Amino acid sequence: MCRLYRFLILFNLCAYSYAHSAVISINGAGATFPYPLYSKWFSEYAKIDTGVEINYQSIGSGGGVRQLLENTIDFGASDAPMKDEQLEKAKIHIYHFPTVLGAVVLTYNLPGVEQDLRLNPEVVSDLFLGKIIYWNDPKIIAINPGISLPDTPVMIVHRSDGSGTSAVFTDYLSKISLEWKSKVGSGPAVKWPLGIGGKGNEGVTGFVKNSPGALGYVELLYAEKNHLKVALLKNADGNFIKPDASSITEAAAGFLKEMPKDFRVSITNAKGKNAYPISSFTYLLIYKKMVQAKGNKLKSFLNWSLGDGQRMAASLFYAPLPDSLIVKIRAQLKEID
Amino acid sequence: MNTEALSEALYAKLDRRRMWKNRICLGLLGFASLVAILPLLFILYFVFLRGLAGLNLSFFTELPKPVGETGGGLGNAVLGTLVLVTTGSMIGVPIGIAAGVYLSEFKRSRYSDYLRSSVELLAGVPSIILGIFAYAVIVVPMKGFSAFAGSLALSVILIPTVAKTTEEVLKLVPDHIREAGLALGLPRWRVILSVVLYGSRSGVLTGVMLGIARISGESAPLLFTALNSQYWPKGIFQPISSLPVQIYTYAISPFDEWTQLAWTGSMVLVILVLVTNLFMRALIASRGQEGHKR
Amino acid sequence: MNSYSGDRRFQNFLRVLSSLVIIVLVLITIYLVKLSWPAIAKFGPSFFWQTDWDPVKEQFGAGAFIFGTVFSSLLALLIAVPLSISVALFLTELAPKRVAGVIGFMVEMLAAIPSVVYGLWGVFFLAPLLRLYIQPFLGRNFGWFFLFQGPPYGIGMFAASVILAIMVTPTITAICREIFKAVPETQREAALGLGSTKWEMITLAVVKSSWSGIFGASILGLGRALGETMAVTMLIGNRNEISASLFAPGQTMASVIANEYAEAGSNMHVAALAYVGLALFVVSFLVNLIARRIVVRLRS
Repeated sequence: MCRLYRFLILFNLCAYSYAHSAVISINGAGATFPYPLYSKWFSEYAKIDTGVEINYQSIGSGGGVRQLLENTIDFGASDAPMKDEQLEKAKIHIYHFPTVLGAVVLTYNLPGVEQDLRLNPEVVSDLFLGKIIYWNDPKIIAINPGISLPDTPVMIVHRSDGSGTSAVFTDYLSKISLEWKSKVGSGPAVKWPLGIGGKGNEGVTGFVKNSPGALGYVELLYAEKNHLKVALLKNADGNFIKPDASSITEAAAGFLKEMPKDFRVSITNAKGKNAYPISSFTYLLIYKKMVQAKGNKLKSFLNWSLGDGQRMAASLFYAPLPDSLIVKIRAQLKEID
Repeated sequence: MNTEALSEALYAKLDRRRMWKNRICLGLLGFASLVAILPLLFILYFVFLRGLAGLNLSFFTELPKPVGETGGGLGNAVLGTLVLVTTGSMIGVPIGIAAGVYLSEFKRSRYSDYLRSSVELLAGVPSIILGIFAYAVIVVPMKGFSAFAGSLALSVILIPTVAKTTEEVLKLVPDHIREAGLALGLPRWRVILSVVLYGSRSGVLTGVMLGIARISGESAPLLFTALNSQYWPKGIFQPISSLPVQIYTYAISPFDEWTQLAWTGSMVLVILVLVTNLFMRALIASRGQEGHKR
Repeated sequence: MNSYSGDRRFQNFLRVLSSLVIIVLVLITIYLVKLSWPAIAKFGPSFFWQTDWDPVKEQFGAGAFIFGTVFSSLLALLIAVPLSISVALFLTELAPKRVAGVIGFMVEMLAAIPSVVYGLWGVFFLAPLLRLYIQPFLGRNFGWFFLFQGPPYGIGMFAASVILAIMVTPTITAICREIFKAVPETQREAALGLGSTKWEMITLAVVKSSWSGIFGASILGLGRALGETMAVTMLIGNRNEISASLFAPGQTMASVIANEYAEAGSNMHVAALAYVGLALFVVSFLVNLIARRIVVRLRS
């Protein structure tokens, strides 16, 4: 018995020491929206600085905020900025660091429909309110001349977990539809009028990919990587816009002058000829004071992400931050102890 | 005469009907058994068909790659599962055996009634509840998701299984063996440890192994205790990856490389669980035959 | 004298170690009540029949999850109980020893397959099968019936129930087998001696005297189905609403916790989830208690 225990304990110690023990590990969790980029960043950064391992789990933005406030993780991540009452709960000041820009896109699975579908705000809100039930609804046909739409029901896919992607999307819906604003509202988790729930951007994409007739909202990369169709969306200036790095950047451009000091800003339904209307910053949430070693490592990682990191963004369908903003973020970075 | 022939014909007809009913119903019972095992065959077929495609050495030796890069493995999850399961068993097995021994050897006390109900009720607690429990008791106060919290949740699942099998196995030991031990002048605790428990060690081991096989496939209690990690296990107070949680994350993901890893991971997990079960069954069978020979 | 004190010490040692079982159970109860207290105070018992689950307005009711749990579990039993009885009868009454050994073993192996593997298989095999073939067929032919209405998603209540049925079959079968085996051989011989066919013997001598045992086995299966989490979470569609159709997505008490517990934002949301957990805890507690009572009484 004793020998068995000694053996098992030894085995566990060996297992733990398989990793380099001198490495500092930093644990973060939150948004699934930037997860593909973050996983790339953290794995690349581990090659540059072998003294740190940053573990990031995409549990959803809501989870990132809550676990940060519960102190169970070292840093959080969210697409929607934290609310004032959430910030008040924190004992130490929490900074928002924009890392990159992204788009929430409407992705669909309609076999046989080759051209890109066009959607306008009215149709989008009607679809998610359950007022349009079939793909060949006159309202959809009216803005998509020349596309033959099938007589299949629309299967709405939304998020089942607390999500920044949902927060951005419902923020957009609340801006364009009064009915949505009064009936459902906006936030990381809302009461969806209809549809099925997938866990994470991953889960929603999985459902859309596997179910003909499905319509969901996900981060651009999830649609692109899976060769799913993405709808063109009519923006505030009346143009149908394809989501890509340049149209996302243009959405952010209008807000740069009036950017608040803490970077908490919503850029949905932005003005601008080619601005994609459901764009968003995504943030890392970091305490002002951290354990010294961890804080230093995280700071140098953020510095790297603002430089070399930004160059990786485009290949994963995110838009890099504008240069003028990066200067401001670097200044804020100095405030972390 | 006439009526007699008529009734005979009627009886014959009735008999035929009963016979056919008999055949059809018995056939249906056999058919139902085939239907019941069909899912197992389907699952094994699919898991092996899709799992084998991704099986290679790097599955066991490499870390998962970020989205968009091919290759990589679940080495950390395999190791993580082993770590979680061994730590969980080190906590759960002694408690389980102690409870089982108490239930079997000290039956007549009010405490043992309480203990018995507790063991049975604990066995019925859904594993997700144990996740909430470990999150509240370990993760929040200790400020961090950890392998320790995950192991603890797993050990709570293990305890009732081990306790129940231990009790059942020890009850099979006839009383005259205990009496013989006592008659030799051994103290009761010696008899229990060296005669009763030692004599039934393979039975107890079977219960332990089946319990371990079960917890190695559990994911619900790990979701918000051990969380997950894309690196090798770092320490008992750090998040750790495990095969079931990794399979869950990858199964619902839309990336083909990840789905592939989920299938291969499932295959490894299924092999692990089935081999343990087969092995334990062989052990029981051989023990049973020995008993007959004697 | 010495050995006596040794016994005492040994018994106390076992008591201390095993008392952890009781302590853990008590702690679980205390923590669940403590965590869910804000929700208990705010919503009270009406939590269980309110179906509104709205994190934005902080209005919570578990009605939809309770419905989902009960509906999916009962549907699973509806499939699994007749199947399990048939399998158990086949194994005890009909099959040659070898065949019974092999089939019995395979059914038991179903219980050993991890829940996530069921989920993975369900997502990639069962759901497409339902969506492409079974649900369109049911919808076309029985669409007038409210159970089979709505678009065929594949994922939903139906898929979750089928997976649950597969998962509880081994549990129910094992206990039914035990009960049928316990029927005295003389009873069977009596029935056969009266000239009954084998099927009549099975219904008259075996099944009729085992009804309460079968009931106990089903309740035990129910206990397992209620708490099953991962496979259901992956297949039920995670929709916080009540729908009468089998094709519609739903949510169970266990799956809503798995989905939302780590992610929930506000304190009230967390408390409401813990309240759901507490309810699930109490229900499985009661169900298991009843099942044990029945099965234990039959055994002795």
